[in-house]
Amino acid sequence: MEIGHFRTVIVGAGPAGLSAAARAAAIDADNRTTAPSYVLLEGFALPAKTIQRYQKGKHVMAEPGYLALRSDFGFAAGRREVVLEGWVKDLEQRKVNVRFSSEVMTISGSSGRFTLGLSSGDSLSAEAVVLAIGLGGNPRRLNVPGEDRPQVQYQLDDPGAYRDESILVVGAGDAAIENALALAGHNAVTIINRGAEFSRAKDGNLRDVLAALNDPKRRVQCLYQARIKSVAAATGEGGPLEVTVETAGGESRGNYHRIIARLGAEPPRKFLESMGIRFPNERTDSVPELSAQYESNVPGIYIVGSLAGASLIKQGMNQGYDVIEFINGRNIDPADHPLLACRFQGLPFQRPVEESLQRLKTVVPMFTGINALVFRELIIESDVVVAYPAGAAYDQAKRKLTELTAADPSGRAAERATRVVREGDVIYEAGDFSTSFLTIVHGEVRLESPESAVPTVLERGDFCGELSLLSGRPRLDRAIAGRGCVLVETPRRIMLKLMNSNEEVRKEIDLMFLARELQRQFAPRASVGRMKEIAARLTLRRYKAGERIVTEGEAGASLFVVRSGGAALFRGGNGAATLVSHVQAGQRFGETAVMGDPVRRETADAVVATELIEIGSSDFLQLVELGGSQVKNLQQRVSEQVRESARMGVLPDAGSVLAFMMREGLGEATNVLVIDETRCTGCDNCERACAETHGGVSRLDRRAGASFAQVHIPVACRHCESPHCMKDCPPNAIRRAESGEVFIDESCIGCGNCQLNCPYGVIKMAYEAPRKPSLLSWLALGRGPGPGEQKDYRPSAAAKAIGAKAKKCDACIGLPSGPACVQACPTGAAQRIGPAEFAALATERQQ
Amino acid sequence: MIFTGILSYRGYRYLWWSLGLSTFAVLLFASQYASDTARGNTWQGYTLGSIAGTGVLWLGYLGVRKRRYAAGGAPMLGWSSAHVYLGLAVFLVATLHSVAHLSFTIHGMTYLLLTVVIISGIVGVYLYLTCPRATADNRQGVSRAQLFAELLDLDRRARELARRCDPRVAAAVRSAVERTVIGGGALAQLTGADRSLFLDPDRPGPAGEPTLASNAEQRAITEFVSSRIPRGDKRAEVATLQQLLPILFRRQAVLRRIRRDIQLQSFLEFWLYVHVPLSVGLIAALLTHVVSVFLYW
Repeated sequence: MEIGHFRTVIVGAGPAGLSAAARAAAIDADNRTTAPSYVLLEGFALPAKTIQRYQKGKHVMAEPGYLALRSDFGFAAGRREVVLEGWVKDLEQRKVNVRFSSEVMTISGSSGRFTLGLSSGDSLSAEAVVLAIGLGGNPRRLNVPGEDRPQVQYQLDDPGAYRDESILVVGAGDAAIENALALAGHNAVTIINRGAEFSRAKDGNLRDVLAALNDPKRRVQCLYQARIKSVAAATGEGGPLEVTVETAGGESRGNYHRIIARLGAEPPRKFLESMGIRFPNERTDSVPELSAQYESNVPGIYIVGSLAGASLIKQGMNQGYDVIEFINGRNIDPADHPLLACRFQGLPFQRPVEESLQRLKTVVPMFTGINALVFRELIIESDVVVAYPAGAAYDQAKRKLTELTAADPSGRAAERATRVVREGDVIYEAGDFSTSFLTIVHGEVRLESPESAVPTVLERGDFCGELSLLSGRPRLDRAIAGRGCVLVETPRRIMLKLMNSNEEVRKEIDLMFLARELQRQFAPRASVGRMKEIAARLTLRRYKAGERIVTEGEAGASLFVVRSGGAALFRGGNGAATLVSHVQAGQRFGETAVMGDPVRRETADAVVATELIEIGSSDFLQLVELGGSQVKNLQQRVSEQVRESARMGVLPDAGSVLAFMMREGLGEATNVLVIDETRCTGCDNCERACAETHGGVSRLDRRAGASFAQVHIPVACRHCESPHCMKDCPPNAIRRAESGEVFIDESCIGCGNCQLNCPYGVIKMAYEAPRKPSLLSWLALGRGPGPGEQKDYRPSAAAKAIGAKAKKCDACIGLPSGPACVQACPTGAAQRIGPAEFAALATERQQ
Repeated sequence: MIFTGILSYRGYRYLWWSLGLSTFAVLLFASQYASDTARGNTWQGYTLGSIAGTGVLWLGYLGVRKRRYAAGGAPMLGWSSAHVYLGLAVFLVATLHSVAHLSFTIHGMTYLLLTVVIISGIVGVYLYLTCPRATADNRQGVSRAQLFAELLDLDRRARELARRCDPRVAAAVRSAVERTVIGGGALAQLTGADRSLFLDPDRPGPAGEPTLASNAEQRAITEFVSSRIPRGDKRAEVATLQQLLPILFRRQAVLRRIRRDIQLQSFLEFWLYVHVPLSVGLIAALLTHVVSVFLYW
């Protein structure tokens, strides 16, 4: 039966569909039309099926915070029930023309005359179709043996239905986190996270899951870098499951009552393709190609919501609003338009925002494959940096920008404004520990390396900063804004998120990293293009901490460049091996194997989780050829290394000191406090100095920590190469100074996650200590407790109100004379050293 | 070199300064030999006195400087190195100033205090140079907290094994564990004296009950338990005693290390109880000395 004809049919009553229908209703009301020009079709009996199926009482978030809601329906963060109730009320009040339990089975026809077949057998026709059907129907599966067992589920309706079970929740996205936390009330929950952090989660969820993981009273734990390998029945059908989980530490097996996999969903591709909609590639997670007005390649079919890549409720609702405006011929700007406008306002070429955005996207090959919405977010979260020639042009641009930002009293414009610099200004300096990622969209950027006389010039579409992004190492070169330079500077966190969700971007950055590393190591004058060819052939090898890389005596025909982590090299057989060297990210080992001695002379073990680039002989020869005169330097460095290894090989005691340092995790340290026990009188002046220079709370524990050969490594921050503490910091409060110090800023919320993540126990949660009388009044009059941290001090009411915050060593970043602990040692027992001095310390101890 | 010590700081910089100052002082002193009233009231004497007095105040300032943690400038190691060498030089200068003219007045008193402070300082330097190494050798990479943890574990195991033995043995072992004494007052810490006791069943009191006897170095209890082994009534008990004995010896070794650790630590701390208060006294005496000299000019 033909139900009727509409101008617009909206399919799917999720946030996007509801918002679209509400807009259509509002437009009808404006036009005083008697019969509705639209209909909202929903297969389910209630609106917002996905949210209906959220667990009971779940807190629904309204991210991203910077984006304003643009909808006739209301929406704010709150409990699932409140949000749904609000929408049901809105539906009634606005008299939205909605048909529930009307699943659309077929869509045929073309623009102006589409025919939609419903599950009831009825049909209707429409001029335009808005698909807002979401991804709910197609959960991504585990893809492991045993996944079809009934205890493996992809949905959690009522967390209260399970009690005293041990449950595996697979996934690290918002759904997984929310399920895990809801279940943890009455069950023991283990989260299986494929990555090392929860980089895909909303900030609020991130905070909650970390707080739960840190809370010993809650039965939630997380296995990082883990994946399920297989599922089998432990006792019999219907009983618990025996699950094999693979982690960085090896495989483990455990029994669980249930697995809840929340791995996201895939678009209902077949359905969409049946109506002629094209996808850009074969990847299961790709979303259809859409115009800026959400129109698909089939004219008249519009796609909004999560199917269009808007994974968040607010984004979907905004799209629903906008799409109806577009269909009705009203050309409005998207809700995030003003934010983007701020980003672009300082650019020399003034174009409409959408056009600028499109330009940015097309000039950078790596960005072309990114979903439009993700790209908008990327630009909103990144800095747009533009360089003008010093002098009048720069002054004028700066002035213009000041005027523009001053015109916006909210401060939002200033916060997201274009960053104007002079041509020739340094963007980052060699040795800086900054981690942002630069993409050049116009003009050029010069990279000057201390090792090479010729600067590298990067042009439109190039990028740099991948080294710090991937390895956590300090910058190796200086980046200078060149002529007409416009670049996008993206924070590490945003870039990692993008790499996690976009395979092409990840591959491109990985490849460039390899190519630049090869160029730097072997052929500084060769072109990156050549290097990329070689890089594409190389293998990246990953090792867990403690894993063997090569064994002394075996045949070998390759060398290794450490991409991240580090390796310890031993000589003298397995029994009484002597540690001869420690190689860190950016260094190489095993060169002799490709330089005429195809036998491994050292055993290499990964000290921490390590990534190595393996280069075989033929590639090596090609690199050497490209390097030209560089080969002499190469040979000289190898001979130095061989000499050092042989020397250390006959000093087993020094090797054992080095081995001790590696055992204590110094393999990933950049700046570590060591105490010479033969000089330490135990006066604790170091701790007092630390407390006195850091608000009365000491960040080092001299007594604790391990000792070996009279070298003591107290519990104090080592400023790791890739700081564990920096992972999963909800407010991003832990930062690395450009000079390398890892410190916590005032935005710390006291979640305690860094404390939990630090393997060396150097972070503590403490209240602000009360102020003490001055030193002289203590010396002369005995007032106050004296210098140093007052044990069990009573925090003031104000300090309690602020709460305990994470405290750790900042290597006295603000003190010109250097770390106070070292400075205050009256006997010279305390020193802070870097990896370059480890071998010297080891030999000094054993001479 | 990663580490440098107090004496060798910056290539013995302050040793050279100190030698320079000493040479200057000796030459200055020698220049007044012609005068027969060389007792500090010549211009040379006043100069030497002024140098010595300023020096003492500067040396005393170390106590303040050490606690100015954000002061910057040279590290504390430099200050301690200078303190040691210049302290010795100041003593020479003061000696030349007073020409060993000692009397039971405030003047003689000042010199006497200086002497004691300097001697205690020399002792301190010696202790600072030797005790840390001795402490590290004694601890063998194990912290004091770990030593105590091991001791507590040994105590627990000893008590458990003792419970399975004859009540007399059990009581003796329990008392040996409970009456082990570590540390104590200053003297006990410095001498490392062991005043541990135990209830010795072989020395019955008037009612046949065991009486307290010395168990220094855990010698008595190990002797008692080993003496019980050949006299054991049951095989099971002998086996238990055989297990108990090594634990008691391990306790002995751990206790020795703890006691030695405490003793070395006390050496490092207690000399300051002489050096610091007397330095304060010295500064007071010095000021009185200067004022009185000018008052009774």
